[in-house]
Amino acid sequence: MKFISIDKKDWAKGIEASRKTYTLFGPVKDKNSFLIKKLENDILPEMDYNDCVMSAKSVIFPQTEKMLVTSLDESQEDHHIMKKSETDTSPRAVLGIRPYDAKAMELVKLNFDTEDYRDPYWCDAYEATTFVGLGINKPGPFDFSTSTGSGPFEEAGLDVLLADFDDKYLAKILTDKGEAFMDTCGFKTSADETESGVLFDVLKKEAEKNIASHIDTDKLKEKILLELHEAPFWDDFAFSCINCGTCTYVCPTCWCFDIQDETKHKSSIRIRNWDTCMSSLFTRHATGHNPRSTKTQRVRQRFMHKLKYFLDKYDQGIMCVGCGRCVKSCPVNIDIREVCKMMNSYEKQN
Amino acid sequence: MDSYTTKIRELSANLLKDEKVDFIIGFKQGTIPMAASPHIAKTSEQAEQFIWDNNCRINLANYLTSRKEKIGIIAKGCDCRNIVTHIIENKIKREQLHIIGVPCNGMIDKIKVSSLFDEEITGYSETDEVITIKTLSDEKNINKTEVLKSNCMTCTHRNPVIYDELVADLVEEQQIEDQFSDVRLIEEMTADEKWNHFDNLLKNCIRCYACRNACPLCYCPTCFVDESGPQWVGKGQDPTDIRTFHYLRAYHCAGRCTDCGACVEACPMDINVRDFTRKLNKDSLEIYGWEAGLTLEQRPPLDTFTPDDPNDFIK
Repeated sequence: MKFISIDKKDWAKGIEASRKTYTLFGPVKDKNSFLIKKLENDILPEMDYNDCVMSAKSVIFPQTEKMLVTSLDESQEDHHIMKKSETDTSPRAVLGIRPYDAKAMELVKLNFDTEDYRDPYWCDAYEATTFVGLGINKPGPFDFSTSTGSGPFEEAGLDVLLADFDDKYLAKILTDKGEAFMDTCGFKTSADETESGVLFDVLKKEAEKNIASHIDTDKLKEKILLELHEAPFWDDFAFSCINCGTCTYVCPTCWCFDIQDETKHKSSIRIRNWDTCMSSLFTRHATGHNPRSTKTQRVRQRFMHKLKYFLDKYDQGIMCVGCGRCVKSCPVNIDIREVCKMMNSYEKQN
Repeated sequence: MDSYTTKIRELSANLLKDEKVDFIIGFKQGTIPMAASPHIAKTSEQAEQFIWDNNCRINLANYLTSRKEKIGIIAKGCDCRNIVTHIIENKIKREQLHIIGVPCNGMIDKIKVSSLFDEEITGYSETDEVITIKTLSDEKNINKTEVLKSNCMTCTHRNPVIYDELVADLVEEQQIEDQFSDVRLIEEMTADEKWNHFDNLLKNCIRCYACRNACPLCYCPTCFVDESGPQWVGKGQDPTDIRTFHYLRAYHCAGRCTDCGACVEACPMDINVRDFTRKLNKDSLEIYGWEAGLTLEQRPPLDTFTPDDPNDFIK
């Protein structure tokens, strides 16, 4: 494994140099929180952030994305023929992404890139992107990532993992993409492999030790799906839910979308928007039939998808990386950790 | 607030024991610092989970809409005003309700508190006037009055408007000299400045509709933004569609909004949604002498007509 040492004095210059090749995204302070945004010229990522209300998922999967375009002008030969919208697949890099957010991208990829079907919009964007993660030295109180197969120094889905050592970053190069990015930045000072490995390990262990929040997921796999579905606790969890989309929108692993056509004058576009299973419109049929017409059914859908259906379908863990954003942002404090506890320990009473 | 909690539990247990209500809606302790979660108690054991503290910000009237049961509800001043509005608008009947009124001293603003610290908050506790906040490496006492929610700072109806029982003596109402200074700041802007102000306000909106769904007024069977046949508003992130949602929703609250702040509380993106509704509240007061939810005896100005209604706005 290759390590590079980056003096923080050289950081800004290196990032500036990368702009020639890459469009950059990273954490930017906005009011009282941080958001992952496109870094306009002269804007540097604020790496020392502790709270990021939205994940980095919109970099690959924008909330609204143009898919197809057509003209309604019948004097044109190809009117009403929908064609793929031009998409930007030039190289981009996300700086300072949380390791669990990169792990989330890998989980989402299971849906967008399958043996049968490859979603060109998501996959093209994903392949164009270099993920430069920053290990979390001081995990926040909402972080339960170590219980979900991720963690503050998780490497899955990352191309480079940075560790913050006050006056320098130590960069662990994980892929060729990551190496290319570091080259473009001009970050070339190799660090000793053994020593760096030890330093990383110490930080990682310390950070993991500081995670106070844990969930158990060990029994979810063996639970019978229909028994969980019929469990008596769903009404209680759903009572306070106001059916807003907050939990699904802040979630790095929620990937459902809704397709809409919009027309203006003689042009028409087909877009996809983030959808939310909390909305009564979610998967409502054109007949008017609603497969999940009640609040309890919708709340159950969200948690069953994350903690059971996904696990059963892919056998790659739960569809939650433990970032804790939904716990923090839910207006009525519905807590996925509590739901998971109930599901994991549920025994049907005869 | 421990005395409030004790009294709420006691009154609730009695109500349930005497079978005067089918269930009671109140708050339970949240799972994270500075959070209280709406809670339904159907048994006296479940009533033991009720709490009252400075984080009971959500408006519980929101949980009453079109309910058929006999319901007990723990209600602070603004919740009561929305209960009145619900009764006037036929969303619930007075006879269905047993209101346990909570004289309120205001709630704290969790974002104001968070902004005082560099680290995330790991612990919260409170006494009457002081809250104690812990982070990983810090602990601070803060006077509650310094971090009140902005709508609580200008609230002049802290006491329940209607109630069947009270958890404590009524509190003294605040005398606010200039209730709408924030609105005036916007009124004084030029058209361009106003446009920029509201654009800037909405730039991070993710259309999760938490503001709408936390609002007791927003009970339309199908909200205009959810209507799909015909569809009135685009569903994407086009700024025009985002603006349309917020402007129309605000107008739909004209003469009805109690300034409870649930919209702001619910917003994950820290958007001061009240910037829209406050102007309408000011107009309601100045034009019609009306504040929503204070009486069951009078129809709201915008659902009545009299020939001498003010019409200065017609140019």
